[in-house]
Amino acid sequence: MRSIFTLATLMVATLLAGPSMAAPAPDDWKTVLSEARGQTVYWNAWGGDVRTNDYIDWVNRQVQAKYGVDVVHVKVDDTGVAVSRVLAEQTAGNRRDGSVDLIWLNGENFAAMREHDLLFGPFARHLPNFSLTYPEHNPEVVTDFTLPTDGYESPWGKAQITFYYDSARIASPPRSIEAILDWARHHPGRFTYPRIPDFTGSTFLKQALLSLTANPEPLYAPVEESDFESVTAPLWDYLEALHPHLWRDGRQFPANGPAMRRLMADGELDLAFTFNPSEPAAAVDDFELPPMTRSYVLDGGTLGNVHFVAIPANSPHKAGAMVVANFLLSPRAQAHKQDITVWGDRTVLDVTRLDDPARKAFAATSDNPALPPRGALQTTLPEPHPSWMTALQEEWRKRYIRE
Amino acid sequence: MAVLPAFGYLPALGGQALSLTPWQDLLAQPGLARSVILSFTTGLVTTAVSVVVVLLFLAGVAGTRLDRWIQRLVSPLLSVPHAAAAFGLAFLIAPSGLIARFVSPGLTGWERPPDWQIVQDPWGISLMAGLILKELPFLLLMSLAMLPQLDPVRRTQMARSLGYHPTLAWLKVVTPALYPLIRLPIFAVIAYASSVVDVAMILGPTMPPTLAVSILSWFHDPDLSRRFMASAGALLQLGVTAMALLTWWMLERGIRYLGYRWVMNGHRRRGDAMLRNTGKILILLATLTAFIGLGSLALNSAAGFWHFPDLLPQGFTPRHWQHALPELSVSLITTLVVAIISTLAALILVLAALENEQRTGRRPSEARLQSAQGLLYLPLIVPQIAFLFGLAVVLESLGIRIPSVMVVFGHLLFVLPYVFLALSEAYRRFDPRWLHLAASLGTSQNAAFWRIRFPMLLGPILTAIAVGLAISIGLYLPTQLLGAGRLPTVTTEAVALAAGGSRRIIGVWALTQACLPLLGFILALGLPRLLWARRQGMKGTL
Repeated sequence: MRSIFTLATLMVATLLAGPSMAAPAPDDWKTVLSEARGQTVYWNAWGGDVRTNDYIDWVNRQVQAKYGVDVVHVKVDDTGVAVSRVLAEQTAGNRRDGSVDLIWLNGENFAAMREHDLLFGPFARHLPNFSLTYPEHNPEVVTDFTLPTDGYESPWGKAQITFYYDSARIASPPRSIEAILDWARHHPGRFTYPRIPDFTGSTFLKQALLSLTANPEPLYAPVEESDFESVTAPLWDYLEALHPHLWRDGRQFPANGPAMRRLMADGELDLAFTFNPSEPAAAVDDFELPPMTRSYVLDGGTLGNVHFVAIPANSPHKAGAMVVANFLLSPRAQAHKQDITVWGDRTVLDVTRLDDPARKAFAATSDNPALPPRGALQTTLPEPHPSWMTALQEEWRKRYIRE
Repeated sequence: MAVLPAFGYLPALGGQALSLTPWQDLLAQPGLARSVILSFTTGLVTTAVSVVVVLLFLAGVAGTRLDRWIQRLVSPLLSVPHAAAAFGLAFLIAPSGLIARFVSPGLTGWERPPDWQIVQDPWGISLMAGLILKELPFLLLMSLAMLPQLDPVRRTQMARSLGYHPTLAWLKVVTPALYPLIRLPIFAVIAYASSVVDVAMILGPTMPPTLAVSILSWFHDPDLSRRFMASAGALLQLGVTAMALLTWWMLERGIRYLGYRWVMNGHRRRGDAMLRNTGKILILLATLTAFIGLGSLALNSAAGFWHFPDLLPQGFTPRHWQHALPELSVSLITTLVVAIISTLAALILVLAALENEQRTGRRPSEARLQSAQGLLYLPLIVPQIAFLFGLAVVLESLGIRIPSVMVVFGHLLFVLPYVFLALSEAYRRFDPRWLHLAASLGTSQNAAFWRIRFPMLLGPILTAIAVGLAISIGLYLPTQLLGAGRLPTVTTEAVALAAGGSRRIIGVWALTQACLPLLGFILALGLPRLLWARRQGMKGTL
């Protein structure tokens, strides 16, 4: 009887205390830390990669020991699922007791959530470790597909388009967008890109457009401000020429990056690409890709972007979520994440500006031959404005989907 | 809740007024007509093939060892989740799949997989094949559960005494009586096949995909304004499914007319052997395909690097399994608890409803009852994503935010109609003379239920439980959307990991997902045998 009573009191207490604790002032870090203790942070993150999942599990153990915060990884197959959930809650008028506390996202998803006021903030600038990214020198950590993040999301890692191939089959892979067309002519059916609107596939379109256009400047402003047809004409000409030489004659495309990797594993493709530079090396370790797999970046650089974590406006555990976001930015967490044997996701910290002991943690390099050669990821092309992605996707679907 | 956004009303997204814009956007989508036709034909063709094969097989069953063996082999397939079967089939028939490896390079000279469009073909053939693999066992099991009350043995004996060959005899005297009993399951198959998402994503066409897949992608589009169009699409899907059902209903009329003449034409042996063997061969082919597909998943789950023309991987490794084990064990428990609670709740509700119907003497033809049942089947027919988004909003507004309660409730909604399907006909056709006899001996209604009806219907009841468990274990969207992802089941984990595309990991999870409901089936098959070991007449239900 007594335990039931205690339980009831506890429940009432949680009900009363929950919302009032939900919105600590991000600039008062001490209070944030004390409020965070004992909270459980439901982190909605894409769960398609075992290494990422293991890393999140490691984060959970760390913040549990250090800050008394529990992290539960809610694995989603598509970030849109988590956005849907927040949206459904908002639709129902649930403004303080949402089920998502932290969400892994960038680009379109961020733009959409921001536009509809689904995010909490600004908080990122108040995270103690955020200063280690030196945003004044690295604008990419506060810019998401040209949109200013305004502190509504905190940087977590970096991705860059990286090509990979089986060196047992190919001696010299094509090193530019133009060379890919030439190469495809000589190796029909051995290259493809993920089906639009997949984001890796869409990035290939943007990469090609950036390489083919004489003047990339309009791509960094909203698409409405320029003549879409004339700017993108070189891209469609290129695709018209390329498609007949693609896998399945360009009439069918793999669903996404991982599906393309599987085609590589099955020997259907000879050349593929990914957004995660260490993915091919990890796949070789997991017996998925052939042992002679090698990675590289196109001459002149490839598109890259930063991925972030954000806190939905109706999260009941904002303090806990901020503590987790801050821990993710710690040199220890970032160095662990960059370790190829762990995940291999590149750091967002400005390593050159860190103090010595912190810098040392990042010094460990891997000699895994399937990784891109050192220095290959130096030239990163910034992402165009998100409106271009949507416009390119629409146009692609109009052109290539059968009626 | 899905209807309002379809007409532009969703305040959270700034849609305050009703409009037709979502419909205009929808109709402007490239490939929409093709998507609609694909969904429609998939629903009808899958069902037609499955029904014909099941009937032919049942007609040809002569109690030989092969027949019994096939029957025993098919039933557990019902419990294999659709996605797992689809993955298995895809790996079997793909240009780099097991079949191609088996004949390469020896027969074909292929050192590399041929550039052929087999899986995800634009006509949806591989999609239909994948669905048929799964619908065959469902319809077969449903038929087997209904058959005993028709007393097929004596019916065919009668026909045979008039000179009909066995298969023709069965088709001519049992089919017309059996069909009405399995009609509802058939409708469920049409609805399912025309709106399925997971199988269509794995095996279905892609440019454009089926309507249901398109809708899902619109619902998940980062551009939140697409949700209006997605809701309109969901209504369109409802229309497509309804059209497929209506078409089937008209086909039924036509076949009844033609079939009547065929039954009455008096031919006693024409085509008998051919019919008998076709059914058997087709069902055997489907069953073997499904099992080899599952076998290939097992191979994958333990495979090292696997080069193309090699029939077997270069090495085997336990690491994929070792790695998954901790997560597996947690989600296994959740999965089982949710499945058992929702299935038992569904069973109790269905039994109570049917018993009440029997005692009060109300028949399903009564309008009110019929509409209540129509509601029951709604979750099967309305596209899950639209239905669930609406449901999530409703439950949210009611302030119900306990994920475990919501998940069990969501599962119950989907389990209930299947349990009802599996049980209702057997229940209603139960020979009332048994109960009259009991009553005349002074047995109360409750006692009659427990001592006569329940034990005699144990076969169908266990089938219903097995179906319920299998459905619950396979549910993805209800678990994910209603539980806010906080109740990881084997299926939600499998789908999340499948997004990563590693066939090794898919192998591990799909295999677990497939084996779990199998337990339920072994129970459903084994229990009556054990319990009625000494009562010959009651063993044959499964």
